[in-house]
Amino acid sequence: MLRDITLGQYYPAKSVIHQLDPRVKLVTTMIFIISLFVAKGAAGYVIATVFLAAVIRMSKVPFRFMTKGLKAIMMLLLVTVAFNLFLIDGDVVLWRFGFLRITDKGVRTAIFMAVRLIYLILGSSVMTLTTTPNDLTDGLEKLLGPLKVLRVPVHEISMIMSIALRFIPILLEETDKIMKAQIARGADFESGNLIQKAKAMVPLLVPLFISAFRRANDLAMAMEARCYRGGEGRTKMKPLHYESRDRMAYAVVWGYLAVMIVAGRLLAGYFPFS
Amino acid sequence: MSLKVKNVNYVYSEGTAYEMTALKDVNLEIPDGQFVGLIGHTGSGKSTLVQHLNGLIRATSGKIYYNGKDIYGESFSMKELRSKVGLVFQYPEHQLFETDVLTDVCFGPKNLGFTKEEAEKKAKEALRMVGMGEEYDASSPFELSGGQKRRVAIAGVLAMEPEVLILDEPTAGLDPRGRDEILDQISLLQKERGITVVLVSHSMEDVARYVERIIVMNHGEVRFDGAPREVFRHYRELEEIGLAAPQTTYLMQELKERGADVDTEATTVEEAADAIAAWLRKTC
Repeated sequence: MLRDITLGQYYPAKSVIHQLDPRVKLVTTMIFIISLFVAKGAAGYVIATVFLAAVIRMSKVPFRFMTKGLKAIMMLLLVTVAFNLFLIDGDVVLWRFGFLRITDKGVRTAIFMAVRLIYLILGSSVMTLTTTPNDLTDGLEKLLGPLKVLRVPVHEISMIMSIALRFIPILLEETDKIMKAQIARGADFESGNLIQKAKAMVPLLVPLFISAFRRANDLAMAMEARCYRGGEGRTKMKPLHYESRDRMAYAVVWGYLAVMIVAGRLLAGYFPFS
Repeated sequence: MSLKVKNVNYVYSEGTAYEMTALKDVNLEIPDGQFVGLIGHTGSGKSTLVQHLNGLIRATSGKIYYNGKDIYGESFSMKELRSKVGLVFQYPEHQLFETDVLTDVCFGPKNLGFTKEEAEKKAKEALRMVGMGEEYDASSPFELSGGQKRRVAIAGVLAMEPEVLILDEPTAGLDPRGRDEILDQISLLQKERGITVVLVSHSMEDVARYVERIIVMNHGEVRFDGAPREVFRHYRELEEIGLAAPQTTYLMQELKERGADVDTEATTVEEAADAIAAWLRKTC
């Protein structure tokens, strides 16, 4: 049951994308998102599609794992499309009903918005599917490093993040276990009205909280026993290193952004959309 | 009256990258009143198997019969099955949640629809059965010692008066004394009440003393199934799958190798002592 999500998003595979430095992937994802917003007209979206398709192909992650993330934004997607479709004014009115109308401009904007949203999710899915949570926080810590000058506790934030991420599967497993143990004692988590259901959660939540505190306590003890005292002077067992493939990836990504901007400007005249 | 497992397979997270076969074509029959030891290394599928027995996990394929009735049948009530087949999880003390011991043990019988009075009566009975005196009834379960907490948790399942009691590693993390106390009590309970007990463990030593039948699991399959002495005969194979026969088996085997004509099938310390004494009497 719950086990299905306990391992998070990461999809283990041996691919170039998996091997990239997490910083590269974080920056790439950012650039890709920015590129979606600077994209002008159909030409820009064609380039973005080619880029995204190539990256997905290289990642060796089955496509259906990418689309899992889309389910979560289905509602948002539908609402966005509906608003753009029915409420935007345009030159050619294709359909009219009361204050609702569909215009050529509305259709175009709706399509672009939908594509933009879908690509946004797909793009970030590629990152979370190919990078372990620990790598991600490591990358983030390194990238945000310069903020230390401004007294932002970068190390602490990334430590909190990695602990939280690490504990999600543990607590899910624990929940699953306690739930089963109480079901074995005749507990019923499914039937009844809202109040009964809330009451039925007590035998689950009390042990869960106790166990979370116990684990937090144990972890703090274990960290202290290993002389953990914050990020200052702390070295890494596996420091992040840029390899030649990382530099190449940076080049490709910045090149991609440049092409996006230039192509948008140049081709806007030929494809007079949006 | 029995539990029957037929051609059961179970696959975790089917269709994802984490797919893992936990049970492979398991066939078992556990008759009424038997004291069974289920042994296997970590990850051998023993915990998964026992969760099938009271319907917490549904087999990917295969059937399970309780008293001849298919538990996946449409008219079969899982709730009733769970009241008849009591399952005590690993570290059961982690499931305690009430403010006092008695109320916590009442949770099970109350869920089965008994009134407060009936539930309390059953709870008290169960608590006495696991050796928790009346003086603990009103104390918080979180103030008890580890061994006491575990007994309270076991009482929580016993209070439902199951016909089959399954205990998943009931002695994990206990000191030798706490371990012996709990196992002795379970054994006593099995004899007095005549209920079926399935004891899941990875320790041969624990199990050999009490059970009349041992089922050895490895990689989701049943490797050996028989009386302890039959199973321990395969001690070399047991070692290969990361288990070991009790120390007495090794001692007796070595004596035999060195020329002493002893009964190598003695499994407990008492049996071994008797066998050696018998041999000494014969030779001297």
